[in-house]
Amino acid sequence: MIEILNLTKKFGQIKAVDNISFTVNKGEVLGFLGPNGAGKTTTMNILTGFISSTEGTVKIDGFDIMDNPKEVKKRIGYMPEQPPLYMDMTVIEYLTFISELKLVDKKSRKKQIDDILKLVRISDIKKRLIKNLSKGYKQRVGFAQTLIGNPEVLILDEPTVGLDPKQIIEIRKLIKLLGQDHTIILSSHILPEVSAICDRVVIIDKGRIVAIDTPENLARGIGPSTSISMKIEGPRMDIEKIIKGIYGVKSIKVKSTGSKEINEFIAETIKDTDIRKPLFFELAKHNFPLLESSTLDASLEDVFLQLTTQEKGVK
Amino acid sequence: MFSIYKKEVKSYFYSPIAYIMIGLFVLIVAIFYFSSNIIGLSSNFSDTIAATSFLLIIIIPILTMRLIAEDRKSGVEVVLLTSPTSIGKIIIGKYLATLTVFLMMTIITIIFPVIMSFFGTVSLAQIISTYLGFVLLGVAFIAIGIFASSLTENQIVAVVISFVILLVMWMVGPIGTYAGGILATVLTWVSLPVKFSNFTSGILDLSDIIYFLSFAGLFIFLTIRMIERRRWSQG
Repeated sequence: MIEILNLTKKFGQIKAVDNISFTVNKGEVLGFLGPNGAGKTTTMNILTGFISSTEGTVKIDGFDIMDNPKEVKKRIGYMPEQPPLYMDMTVIEYLTFISELKLVDKKSRKKQIDDILKLVRISDIKKRLIKNLSKGYKQRVGFAQTLIGNPEVLILDEPTVGLDPKQIIEIRKLIKLLGQDHTIILSSHILPEVSAICDRVVIIDKGRIVAIDTPENLARGIGPSTSISMKIEGPRMDIEKIIKGIYGVKSIKVKSTGSKEINEFIAETIKDTDIRKPLFFELAKHNFPLLESSTLDASLEDVFLQLTTQEKGVK
Repeated sequence: MFSIYKKEVKSYFYSPIAYIMIGLFVLIVAIFYFSSNIIGLSSNFSDTIAATSFLLIIIIPILTMRLIAEDRKSGVEVVLLTSPTSIGKIIIGKYLATLTVFLMMTIITIIFPVIMSFFGTVSLAQIISTYLGFVLLGVAFIAIGIFASSLTENQIVAVVISFVILLVMWMVGPIGTYAGGILATVLTWVSLPVKFSNFTSGILDLSDIIYFLSFAGLFIFLTIRMIERRRWSQG
């Protein structure tokens, strides 16, 4: 659906976007993650044809943004970070204006606007002036605007920024709902949001892509080791010795749990070795009951920090 | 294009700006009309229009200042430029909206020569020629105003830029006539008011009409180029 090849954008000497390439499949929700100033908005502005690239190509549904901007623009709904609203229009006037601007067929215009009003749940405020709406409602009107003309691709630049927690949850629900029949690229620096909504994540830093994968794979694939946390009943020294004896264990940390008999052991192991089975049998042999066990995955947060603070990228 | 046009005309009348500008212009024309035509017992309304035409260097910048600058500031520009409607159509839609307000303003003043025609003889041909010239002057000035608005996202800056351009154009004619020689030819050639004075004295010259229209065309083209250029360079 979206193909981006060797995209570069220079502002003077500075490369805001540096040779990035990725594709987005039809129906996919792609998260675009990066610290402030990483080039997220610039990339999105290029994808939507708002600004031009210095080098590289962008194709949407097979149409090149340079050669065929009109076809591309028909297929995209763009929500910039600041919702592009006319403050002295009412919601319905604004949406009608956008509908005309996006060359929506006159007959279907009214019905389409009504459907969108219902979908983003702003039907009851449609006659109010936009400047009098709360931030959350303004954001929704911004959303409604992207949906006009029924574009297949939605590009959302930080759609939940500045909203209260309840509104954030609602907007996320809406994005998930829209994800069922749209291809969506969504930028954010809020990590749980990305892992909650997106099928795949692109992490960019200083204009370059440092990782592309599913949120789960990113969390799993990071770092040279994985950790397991266990609660085991029995004498601490003995148990420590047993765990150390198992192949793959690199180090152990012990935390007391409040009870004298029970300790929590956090074992760091070499990546891709599963110590749970041998450990279980070994403990059973010595009659030390294993009460609790869980794998500690790196959170997307860790991945993000690691990828964007290290010099080297992890592919 | 029509959607932009409709929206812009509406927003002129949502804010008091169109009313104030139209009111101001009609009021001042009325004052000139009373002093020169009624008290001064002159049937030459063309001179009245010619005398009030200087108001355009203030009115037009105020009418055009927000056309592009406001959209840039509020971020609506993004929607406009990422919609399938072309930049040219957007600019022309905006241009025509201002032109409409300007025409409304102009048409109201026709009432004065009409009143006069009941009491005396008015040279119809000269009036028509004057109004044609006045409209053409507006056509060119609005194009300059919209160009100035595309240079900045600050409306005050836009107003100042177009005011200065128009003021300079107003001044170069008289300066040119004092200077003499080649300079005079050049300066009077770029001075729109000098061309306008041909119309008020009843001289209809096709080359003058083309001159005004191409002047407007040039500045609309420059406006479109300006926006395109910004997309290519910074963002």
